[in-house]
Amino acid sequence: MNILVCMKQVPQKDAPLKLNEAGNWIREDVSYEVNEPDAYALEEALRQKEKHGGEVVVITSGPARAQQVLREALAKGADRAIHLEDSVFVGLDALNTARAFAAAIKDEKFDLIFTGLQSDDYGYAQTGVILAELLSWPHATIIMQIEKNEGGIRVKRELEAGFFQFVDMALPAVLTIQSGINKLRYATLIGIKQAKNKPLRKVAMAEVQSAISENLQKIERLYIPQKTKKTEMIEGSAGEIAKKLVDKLRNEVRVL
Amino acid sequence: MPDTILVVVEQREGKLNRVSWETLTAGQALAAETGWTLEAAVLGSGVLNFANEIAAKRVSKVYAVESPKLEPYTPDAFAAGLKQFIESKQPKLVLMPHTYQVRDFVPKLATAMGRTAISDCIGYKKDGAKLIFTRQMFQGKLAADVSFACDAPWFVTFQNGAFRGDKVEAGVSAAPVETVNVQIADGVIRNKPQEVFKEAKQAVDLTQAEIIVSIGRGIKEQKNIELARQLADALGGELAASRPICDSGWLPMDRQIGSSGQTVAPKLYLALGISGAIQHIVGMKGSRTIIAVNKDSEAPIFEIADYAVVGNLFDIVPPLIEEVKKAKAGS
Repeated sequence: MNILVCMKQVPQKDAPLKLNEAGNWIREDVSYEVNEPDAYALEEALRQKEKHGGEVVVITSGPARAQQVLREALAKGADRAIHLEDSVFVGLDALNTARAFAAAIKDEKFDLIFTGLQSDDYGYAQTGVILAELLSWPHATIIMQIEKNEGGIRVKRELEAGFFQFVDMALPAVLTIQSGINKLRYATLIGIKQAKNKPLRKVAMAEVQSAISENLQKIERLYIPQKTKKTEMIEGSAGEIAKKLVDKLRNEVRVL
Repeated sequence: MPDTILVVVEQREGKLNRVSWETLTAGQALAAETGWTLEAAVLGSGVLNFANEIAAKRVSKVYAVESPKLEPYTPDAFAAGLKQFIESKQPKLVLMPHTYQVRDFVPKLATAMGRTAISDCIGYKKDGAKLIFTRQMFQGKLAADVSFACDAPWFVTFQNGAFRGDKVEAGVSAAPVETVNVQIADGVIRNKPQEVFKEAKQAVDLTQAEIIVSIGRGIKEQKNIELARQLADALGGELAASRPICDSGWLPMDRQIGSSGQTVAPKLYLALGISGAIQHIVGMKGSRTIIAVNKDSEAPIFEIADYAVVGNLFDIVPPLIEEVKKAKAGS
């Protein structure tokens, strides 16, 4: 099976974020990491390849820094990478990101496309499903298991409140992958070495420009959320904090 | 004809999903603000009873959008059926709850109609004539005001808990209900869904716990969970966790709090090393008192905490266990 994995570079989970001057995006001088569900999507693609053969290709969009997620993926075992390189891609809405990806892979032939179920920055949870619609492929979301069978694949969807559902699908298909579907591997030293010689195709904005439009939705303003609750800070040494908390538990919360 | 707001409610397994009432509350508020007409629709096969249930609320009209092909749920049938219905009714604004099911078909539907969905919103504002929808970004660290830059219909999904379902207003008299049969051609549905099932009997029902000590990534290693367990035991509470902890297999899945785990509202929720991603917060924000311990002063968990401790949980928890034990022994 030939599998494309869509990956995204996002700010590190505990990175302090600052707003830019226009107040519509963050300042880019933060540390980045791979979007966590995308790491699980990659791992699942590598496992499918180990079972059934084929090729794993990773794709991302963003400025030069985004190449890091592709390098890491290649080091873990992906065969080649596609980088839509331009800082403009960071500001695209989900529809335009999916359009750009579809344009960049128009001459490729995949059996499956994986994305993480959502990104830790925008959190749209839309790009994978939109990509499926643009390609006229079937899709399934929030996937916890993938088994190949005669007609195609059987996937396990996570539903809400502890419910699940198996779905039989024909290929090609798009799947959005849930975190925790597998155990992530680390890149090996030899993998890191080999990654340097693996092909990485760069796609310039000009090559996909005709496929995209102005964004259909616009971020007017980004800001630190207003507090809805009055929060009391408990400060002091660890011992003092413990004493203060117990006082609250006894006299305010009344659970002691 | 005035503009229309259409709320698409969700039914599953013969029941109306409760979050549907929240979306209806949002629809009523938006209708009051804009002066637009509020209508509702429910999709499925044999869903007239749900339409009648909705019709008791303050809405102008309720549609039962019917096709035998809408059961069981598939994204192909739902997108095709709703597209047909929306194209015939031409609502200006289409509101839905941000459920796993809606996430599964709305991006497809909006794309098929050449439109976009502003997903997982927590509120709205009106800026002159412009409608603005607020959504969380960067795992809840920042909020964004987002507007549509395309023609209607505009699709919006609201986060679980964004509006009060119990505040939905009843109608003076029952709203008219109309059945609309949509045609879904053979071959449209490609996926073959099997029966919905539950993995295992839940060993622990966290929804009944009065005190919950919950851990997140900040616990660092599996062996450190023992520390949190000791605190839970000292307090007479249950141990729970955010998703990454259960994903790592450090605690069983039935200890998970959040959108894919359990939703709880205990007297005390003590969050240790939990940053407070949206997916976790929706599962515990109804707690009576929230105490959060986190070394990152900007962690979103502090936004909803009653008591905040910015610090290392490994410094704070050991003396806290001792103080709790002392307090218990003395009482």
